[in-house]
Amino acid sequence: MSEIGHGVWSYVFLFTAGFVATQPWRYLGVILSRNVQEDAEILVWVRAVSTSLVAGLVARMVLLPAGALAAVPLEIRLGAFALGVAAYYGGGQRLIIGVGAAAAALIAAQYGLGG
Amino acid sequence: MGQGEPVTQPPEWTKGASRGDAFWRGIGGVPSTPVLVVVITFLGFGALAHDVGFDIYQAAFVTAVVFALPGQVVLADEIAHGAGLLAAAFAVTLTAVRLLPLVFSLMPVMRDGKSPRWPEFVLSHFTAITLWIEAMRRLPPLPRNLRMPYFAGFSAGLSAGTMSATILGYHLAAQLPPQIAAGFVFLTPIYFFLSLIATAVGGADRMALAVGTVLGPALFLLAPGYDLFLTGLIGGSAAYFMVRRRKRGAGS
Repeated sequence: MSEIGHGVWSYVFLFTAGFVATQPWRYLGVILSRNVQEDAEILVWVRAVSTSLVAGLVARMVLLPAGALAAVPLEIRLGAFALGVAAYYGGGQRLIIGVGAAAAALIAAQYGLGG
Repeated sequence: MGQGEPVTQPPEWTKGASRGDAFWRGIGGVPSTPVLVVVITFLGFGALAHDVGFDIYQAAFVTAVVFALPGQVVLADEIAHGAGLLAAAFAVTLTAVRLLPLVFSLMPVMRDGKSPRWPEFVLSHFTAITLWIEAMRRLPPLPRNLRMPYFAGFSAGLSAGTMSATILGYHLAAQLPPQIAAGFVFLTPIYFFLSLIATAVGGADRMALAVGTVLGPALFLLAPGYDLFLTGLIGGSAAYFMVRRRKRGAGS
């Protein structure tokens, strides 16, 4: 059961924190694309800010997860993650190889350890 | 980015093709490896949505209105961690800022200078990282007047794919054993991490990746609720200024 419930309020929440929080940046991109230089410093900073946030999200999901991943031991999560990164580089930097290897390792390791 | 457009012959089908033909070609261009990866990650989002207690309509609603995986995952994960509306919106908006430069660099490639402006606003909704990469690769060889309809068709096909994957992932997570459902949820963090590595274009991006990884969990323990927002703002700004200073130092 999520904190926001399933009623009308939950859709107001999801629309506001989802659509309203996202869409203006896309519209601003359309507007600015007519009169701002592509290599403007502000855009470098913008990328850095969202990269840092998504990196933080990744770390939080792996180290301090909520839900199904929380039931998986930390060493399996970290091991599977490391294996995914290694497979990505070993497999010629193809996303699908890294992503597939990590998920497969996470599942296999749980059955291997849990019996 | 920054280099000139590759000098490629327009594909055979563009000879005498109408804008309607280009739209269907765009839909036909959907089955491909990058799209497969995206569809798999939306399976992951469906599983995550189930995991945090969304119902299936909420899961589909979020995919439809946000259509950017990092924002969607932040939204779901924030709710799972008990964040309020304002904290969730702030965190989502910081992930969405990265869409600005994507739209910004895509639109000049897509527009033909004759079409009205409103379709650009409509189509901007579909701009997310994978679509951007594919569009920047596929559009330049096409004649200008066919680019927008091709993009519209490709967006439509991709939306249908991600929506189906969200719903399928949700059902799979509900029915599969928890060990396997966890594997689906795990697709998301590893995909994001590898995408960030793959799309980092400069020193500031790589530094932000490192700083954010360390700062994220630390701030979650220190300032739960606004931790992601602060990780983005503090970590990203720190990375930006560190790299800028180093560049200046090297230059003088």
